[in-house]
Amino acid sequence: MKLKDTVHFEWYKHLLIVFLLAVCIFGSAVVTDADFSEVFSNLDQVGIFLGRLMHPDFSYLPKLLDPMAKTLKMSVVGTVLGVIVAVPVAFLGTTVVTRNLVVTTVMRFIMDIVRTIPNLLLAALLVAVIGIGEATGVLTIAIFTFGMVSQLIYETIETIDYGPIEAAESVGANKVQIAFWSIAPQVLSQIVSYTFYAFEVNVRASTVLGYVGAGGIGVILNSSLALLQYERVSLVILMILVVVAIVDGLSEAIRRRLV
Amino acid sequence: MIKFEHVSKVYPNGTRGLDDVDLTITDGEFVSVIGLSGAGKSTFLRSINRLNEISEGNIVVDGVSITKAGKKQLREIRRHIGLISQSFNLVKRSTVQKNVLSGRLGYYSTWKSIFGLFTKEDYERTKQALESVGLLDKLHSRSDELSGGQQQRVSIARTLVQQADIILADEPVASLDPITSQKILQDLRKINQEMGKTVIVNIHSVEMAKAFSDRILAFKSGKVVFDGTPKQLDETELARIYGKNPAMNQDQDASEDDGEESR
Repeated sequence: MKLKDTVHFEWYKHLLIVFLLAVCIFGSAVVTDADFSEVFSNLDQVGIFLGRLMHPDFSYLPKLLDPMAKTLKMSVVGTVLGVIVAVPVAFLGTTVVTRNLVVTTVMRFIMDIVRTIPNLLLAALLVAVIGIGEATGVLTIAIFTFGMVSQLIYETIETIDYGPIEAAESVGANKVQIAFWSIAPQVLSQIVSYTFYAFEVNVRASTVLGYVGAGGIGVILNSSLALLQYERVSLVILMILVVVAIVDGLSEAIRRRLV
Repeated sequence: MIKFEHVSKVYPNGTRGLDDVDLTITDGEFVSVIGLSGAGKSTFLRSINRLNEISEGNIVVDGVSITKAGKKQLREIRRHIGLISQSFNLVKRSTVQKNVLSGRLGYYSTWKSIFGLFTKEDYERTKQALESVGLLDKLHSRSDELSGGQQQRVSIARTLVQQADIILADEPVASLDPITSQKILQDLRKINQEMGKTVIVNIHSVEMAKAFSDRILAFKSGKVVFDGTPKQLDETELARIYGKNPAMNQDQDASEDDGEESR
């Protein structure tokens, strides 16, 4: 059997791609002055850091409960607000619903812009505008949720079965009626599922929002790190880990039941 | 009464969906439409309630031109025309009751329908419609729990609740087994005879078209090439409609079905 009869008949192309990738990787290392030996020269520091992290200061636990609860509350309120705004915008962001390219393009543009802003930058901006505190955190989470969920929803709407739309149209239903009767029932469970997914992501994200002053457990994480209290840092990390794991488990269990 | 006045339809890619179709369908007729896939059957059916826009000519439904109707008028005309399709077009996650009730949407204001404020009469109509297709016990079942034949009956019930005078059925039995197909067509025939509704069915099976209809229309490349009673549809006519060997062409036709769906 000759090589050109096998699936590898274009081997020289594949070889060229591997070569080009290698050039790109090493080339970028050279251009950016990345020096891998630096990573290993500080190994003893890593040892000290890890050693202190291994001994979490559990006596600090009671003081963490309140900020952790705040973080969770921020996530819940922010997620709900974000989804409430995301649903109508996402519906208007598909031609399936609007049959109007102008409306859809405008809505898509809004969603795209919101989605482009990174979470932490958004929080930093809002801290500058509104000030430090939980309200800023809630708003950040709401806007972040809006960006994420609106896209998920409009992509879901575009994959629905168009048959019921035609059926509603043929009995004389208008666009709003079609949205509520033919489209919404097909995507409702998905929307709920996305909401829980967003909540999951938001709990994780909101733990670091405190970093820029947007309230919650992140504030403690930030100050403990700044004061080199690694025993507390490790406790905060442990706590976040446990809470995120619980939230993930719950949301997954609920989402699985929705299908 | 449905009147086609020199209707033509040219798709953007140049295909002629309909080519100078000029005919009248009177009230209470049971009309079957046959022809090869892509011959214009679906285009013909869907132009009656203007799900397809036509390029030339005029279509008049019960004295009103649907071609020239404005938005509101179009909605009003559509209330009187039911549509049954090969894929049933039910919201699968919704209950049977909701799907049947949705046939009334054209009669309700946006707000009332959003909050589901349907009248007592309409709930009664829903029950009656389901009873007449033998599915009253499925009122609160989710539609995707039903078999194909049952789902098609739900969509028939929807047109009954809609109180449509004209029922368009676009290949209603193409995805069903022969026995169920017979039953669905019997249901349609019953509705046609007992309630006096006009029924227009696109169908691939010539035997069933002959068995159930008052009148048969055959399309070829968008043109009506046969218009007559089932008796008049003999071997020579079939050869003209489907090409040389009708039996062989029908086999081919069935295999081409998928292609037409995905289009």
